[in-house]
Amino acid sequence: MSTMIDDSAPPEAALRPLASSRFGRIGEALGYLAGLLLFWEAVVYLLDVPPYVFPAPRAVATSLWQGLSSGTFFYHLGVTLFEVLIGFVAGSLIGLLLGIGMVTVPFLNRVLYPYVIAIQTVPKVAIAPLMIVWFGFGVQSKIILVAMACMFPVLVNTIAGLRSTDSDRLSLVRAMCGSRLQVLRYVQLPSALPYIFAGLNTGVVLAIIGAIVGEFVGARVGIGVLILQANFALDLATVFALLVVLSATGVLLNGAMHLVERRVCFWSGRSSK
Amino acid sequence: MVETSKESLSIQDLGLIYQTSAGPIEALRGVSLDVRDGEFISIIGPSGCGKSSLLKLVLGLQDATRGEIRIAGVPVKGPSRNAGGVFQSPVLLPWRTILENVLLPVDVMKIDRKTAMDRANELLKLVGLGGFETRYPFELSGGMQQRAAIVRALVHDPRLLIMDEPFAALDALTREQLSAEVQRLWLESGKTIVFITHSINEAVFLSDRIIVMSARPGRIVAEYKNPFPRPRTFADMGSPELASLMIDIRESLDRASAT
Ligand SMILES: Nc1ncnc2c1ncn2[C@@H]1O[C@H](COP(=O)(O)OP(=O)(O)O)[C@@H](O)[C@H]1O
Ligand SMILES: [Mg+2]
Repeated sequence: MSTMIDDSAPPEAALRPLASSRFGRIGEALGYLAGLLLFWEAVVYLLDVPPYVFPAPRAVATSLWQGLSSGTFFYHLGVTLFEVLIGFVAGSLIGLLLGIGMVTVPFLNRVLYPYVIAIQTVPKVAIAPLMIVWFGFGVQSKIILVAMACMFPVLVNTIAGLRSTDSDRLSLVRAMCGSRLQVLRYVQLPSALPYIFAGLNTGVVLAIIGAIVGEFVGARVGIGVLILQANFALDLATVFALLVVLSATGVLLNGAMHLVERRVCFWSGRSSK
Repeated sequence: MVETSKESLSIQDLGLIYQTSAGPIEALRGVSLDVRDGEFISIIGPSGCGKSSLLKLVLGLQDATRGEIRIAGVPVKGPSRNAGGVFQSPVLLPWRTILENVLLPVDVMKIDRKTAMDRANELLKLVGLGGFETRYPFELSGGMQQRAAIVRALVHDPRLLIMDEPFAALDALTREQLSAEVQRLWLESGKTIVFITHSINEAVFLSDRIIVMSARPGRIVAEYKNPFPRPRTFADMGSPELASLMIDIRESLDRASAT
């Protein structure tokens, strides 16, 4: 991080360190956002765009405030988050375990791989109606959809991570009379963690998509349901407000994942060969 | 078994052929070698002559095509607790602290951590890593990482230590320091050490015996004794005996590389 200030430099250059600091960058981003919102408001006002075509930022803000303060958004967001989190944990665990199994047992790999690919190539939207029929309008069908969505990236990355373990590390533990399981535990799994986290990061995003898709197809509660209802009522301000809630949730979940990743893989990217 | 018990390491007519897609590669041919208990030997030879392959065979990481290896009289059929290995790179696990890295064999071999801890700390102090126990490998220099790797190879107290060009990636000054430390470790521990190197200097400084190998397929072409008293210093390397020994080995190595 450069915080050197050169006296002889012109005043603009002296401001640079501020802009490159963390708060400076956030401030900069907020500034652009404010500019964008102003421009948006101006266009809607000047061109007299009807609110059922494109709502003005102020209308969106009002809807957002109403939804949040009445507790409606929180109730539905709670259900959606529940589906996302449970499905994500279940799907990731299945992906991780399947990945470990397929790498350690060649037989499992041969048998399962075609099915895993087959399931992955079917779009989740296409399976969603089936899940609703089988598991109902409640949270179970959404959890299963979410789990199916995030299983694949975790599985693929786990396999890639376990397979790419440095051969010297494998030899090291094998030379210590380490069993197959010990090699896995002491070097392969830890070495694969950065890969696994890459899969989890993708998985979180797919989990939210999976839950919303499930709620679109058939549900009584959830952010997806609210979006559909607002859409039918041509209340686009509320639709936008819900999109804001969704993307904020996505950003927060993603941030949380990165935080965990940095704690767990603190060593990643530091050379120590 | 009784008659070979004096030998810490005994290699009989060892041959190794790699089957590759481009056809078989003969890496080692008819290698026979006996290493006394407590002896320090160096193996020196041109690149690609099968030195690393020999280390893998001794550590039980792969099988020989023919011949036999015995450690303390026991035929090597796979990895053994009687041997410890040091590779060219330290191969420390970046998620473990130095102490935890050093204790890896203890964990893998399910040895009691409490008893091993004293030994680990003592060895770490001996190589100048006292105070670095809770640091992570990436916080240490290459030389310090390799010191930790040597301690790791010794922590479960094997009879035999085999090292594959352990200082190859280090600068000249660090190499000298580490050579001196390996000598001290050897003098204090009485281990049998097989030291694979590219450096005639290191081989002569450290060894009782220097084995010269030919280019592929690797065979033993010459053997030199070095009875110079211990402990040796780097100043001793200028003595007439050691200087002429180095010239002899140089010539033999040149002939070996030419074939
Ligand atoms: N796993 C392997 N498969 C095929 N050939 C190998 C393998 N390992 C080593 N070799 C070949 O065997 C020869 C000896 O290699 P190595 O033991 O690494 O030599 P050194 O350590 O003396 O440089 C080389 O020609 C190398 O290409
Ligand atoms: Mg080598």
